[in-house]
Amino acid sequence: MATVDKSKVPWWVSNLIVPLVNLTLALFVSGLFIFIAGENPYEAVRLIIYGSFGYIEGFAYTLYYTTNFIFTGLAFAVAFHCRLFNIGGEGQAYIGGLGVFLVAINFSFLPVPIVWLLAVGGAVVFGAAWAFIPAYLQATRGSHVVITTIMFNFIAASLMVFLLVDVIRDTSQMGPHTVALPEEQWFPSFEDLAALFGIKIRYSPLNISFLLAIAASFFVWFLVWKTRWGYEMRAVGHNTQAAIYAGISPYKNIIIAMCISGGLAGLLGVNEILGVHHKIVAGFPAGYGFTGIAVALMGRNHPIGIFPAAFLFGILYQGGSEVTFDMPNITRYMFVAVQGVIILFSGALENLFRPQIENFFVNRLNLKAKA
Amino acid sequence: MVSPILELANINKSFGHVQANKNINLTINKGTIHGIIGENGAGKSTLMSIVFGLYQANSGTIKVNGKEINLRSPKDSIINGIGMVHQHFMLVENFTVLENIILGFEGELVFGKNLEKAKKDLKNLCDTYKLNIDLNSTISDLSVGFRQRVEILKSLYRGAEILILDEPTGVLTPQEVDELFKILRSLNEEGKTIVLITHKLIEIMDLTSEVSVMRQGEMVGHTKTKDTNKEKLAEMMVGRSVLLRLDKSELKTGDVVFKVEDLTVKDDLDVTRVKNVNLEIRAGEILGLAGVTGNGQTELLEALSGIRKVESGEIYLDGKKVSDSQNFLDPRELKEKGLAHVPEDRQRMGLVTDFKAYENLIFGYHDQQPFSKSSILNHKDIISHSKKIMEEYDVRPQSPNLITSNFSGGNQQKIILSRELNEKPKVLLVGQPTRGVDIGAIEFIHQRLIEMRDRGAAILLVSVELDEVLSLSDRIVVMFDGKIVGEKENKNVTDRELGLLMAGVV
Repeated sequence: MATVDKSKVPWWVSNLIVPLVNLTLALFVSGLFIFIAGENPYEAVRLIIYGSFGYIEGFAYTLYYTTNFIFTGLAFAVAFHCRLFNIGGEGQAYIGGLGVFLVAINFSFLPVPIVWLLAVGGAVVFGAAWAFIPAYLQATRGSHVVITTIMFNFIAASLMVFLLVDVIRDTSQMGPHTVALPEEQWFPSFEDLAALFGIKIRYSPLNISFLLAIAASFFVWFLVWKTRWGYEMRAVGHNTQAAIYAGISPYKNIIIAMCISGGLAGLLGVNEILGVHHKIVAGFPAGYGFTGIAVALMGRNHPIGIFPAAFLFGILYQGGSEVTFDMPNITRYMFVAVQGVIILFSGALENLFRPQIENFFVNRLNLKAKA
Repeated sequence: MVSPILELANINKSFGHVQANKNINLTINKGTIHGIIGENGAGKSTLMSIVFGLYQANSGTIKVNGKEINLRSPKDSIINGIGMVHQHFMLVENFTVLENIILGFEGELVFGKNLEKAKKDLKNLCDTYKLNIDLNSTISDLSVGFRQRVEILKSLYRGAEILILDEPTGVLTPQEVDELFKILRSLNEEGKTIVLITHKLIEIMDLTSEVSVMRQGEMVGHTKTKDTNKEKLAEMMVGRSVLLRLDKSELKTGDVVFKVEDLTVKDDLDVTRVKNVNLEIRAGEILGLAGVTGNGQTELLEALSGIRKVESGEIYLDGKKVSDSQNFLDPRELKEKGLAHVPEDRQRMGLVTDFKAYENLIFGYHDQQPFSKSSILNHKDIISHSKKIMEEYDVRPQSPNLITSNFSGGNQQKIILSRELNEKPKVLLVGQPTRGVDIGAIEFIHQRLIEMRDRGAAILLVSVELDEVLSLSDRIVVMFDGKIVGEKENKNVTDRELGLLMAGVV
């Protein structure tokens, strides 16, 4: 097979056409699943689109999921630029949530906007701290972060269950969750904002954390491509030997990249605690940390790619639940399978058709140039 | 009556635009020990890899026992009786000798009859050739010398009539070399043909009956070993091509700017690679360090530039101690003190090839003004600096936004050179500045180095290209086996003298 001269491939081919082809294939295969399950794939697609766009609350739900995926996707991407596979977004988000809650409840005497700022800081610090330990072990002992961060997910889950059952549980209730935060600290939700304009809508979990997610995207873009830190992280990630030669410390950058990654994952806690539950509920990260990996890979670890990827997964989450309501043969797990197929095609099989597609366009452009 | 067992005709092989083998003709006679000698990068290993089917030649024919054959993979070579012992052994560490040898030739799903037969055959082979190997020992328990024997046994078991050994003594102790040579002689007496690739003259004289010399991808001579001597071979090896003498102004040296005292350095495997080296470089002087690759130059450069820890000894810059075994400055601190380093391997160390050109043009200086201010990169200044510097050093294409791996080798090297020279360093360490670089760029790079010297920089030039060392240096030292084995003013020195020093003959 002829190798393609990478420099001749237009950016829109590798960054738009290839992902779109992969996505189309994934949806086609998913359609087959639905067909085999005995339902009409067209009808399923119609329901997904209706569920995620068709009415205002549905769309709000889509954006709420998108918010979470942006946080965890960005978290994975930052570490990945330093070639660190941070699988621990789930645990870092969980501990980040603890940070949000502890700060908000202990500083409730301060003005609300300041509490919010501190709570966001708490999320970042707690998430970063949870990522710091695997980072330190990787940097000094060479313990692989994939292994340690996975283990830290379990440790985080156990720790949180212990805290929620024995230490910070709301003793007036039976469930493993804390007391609610004072209502004035809750993030304004989408319905609150709509009400300001006199529009009445029903409940949705969407809140101003969505804006925080957009701000975080800008932050990551700036960090990775516009600062010395990002530059050094990328140097270590791409060529550690060269980094050492240039006097860039791999040790320092592994720790910085992981801590920033953990901090971003921690922000998921802001959305869930300040925006939605207003208290810590056992298991609130609900797999967003893992899905974030797929979001980042699909978005090619760039904020501009992560946003649409997060949005796509938001559509699948929201539209998927719509389908499971209406189609008795399609279970919740069916949509986990659909996500799996998308991850498979846009992650693991990403290069399946890339050479052919790139070749096709390069040849066409060459022909055009000749003509 | 000697009959040729292996004949190569008009073999050509190139990698990208580097031609590793040019019109090679070679005839190897049955029952001989045939040496192939040449400097590193002369194309010996490439040629033998083609014979073993690892690479495919771009053109040319290969005949075994007079019959033309088509080699597409090592399997084809094995069928035709060609075996190869690589420089780096191809053994599964946690398997036994027996398991390694039958690997790929098990012949049955559940071990039984075949295994017993293999055991018996191998025992016979061991006895015939006095290999003395215990088939049941695990590879990881064996010394390097024994592992090599396992490789030889593996080839013999697979029916090798021609046995190619690629730099077999590089990893052995002198005693192990003696043992190996004994084995090779006994193999030869039993009628096997042996091809020995080496850059050590002494081995050729010791062992071979015929010898072929390669230089820069070409075959430059064939002779019977008894009709030649070390000096003649060294001469053929390094070539007498007219040296490209550069216009160099009169030497005007200043004070000693860079001094190395009794330096010892170990590599990652804890092997001592630099042994008690002393060097002095004055301002305005180029000190050439000649030597065959792998004699400690890499580790020396890494230690001098702060990448590798100093085991013992001291390094002085500008009269002040910068490194010893206790305290050493890191590469960034050394840069600030005026030491620049063009590393030997540009892709492994000098560049991040996935970065854009402008990102590599500030690599290592990215934290300095005006490139960054309070940790934020100043893209406007970086780009305008890059454009300026790319024009000054004629880096083509002049597009700072292009990914570095898309530049040719010569232009990648210019990117590094421009970055390091632009800082006007007091001391410049240069490793293999023109390796894999086209001729036009070589001249340009040489001129720039001379300019730096005339400006008063102290330059250490490490190169395996003798011509380069001879044409640039004011003084030359030769490194062999981690030690400085000779020092010459570059006035009346000949490439022959240096060649002998490099080969560790004198």
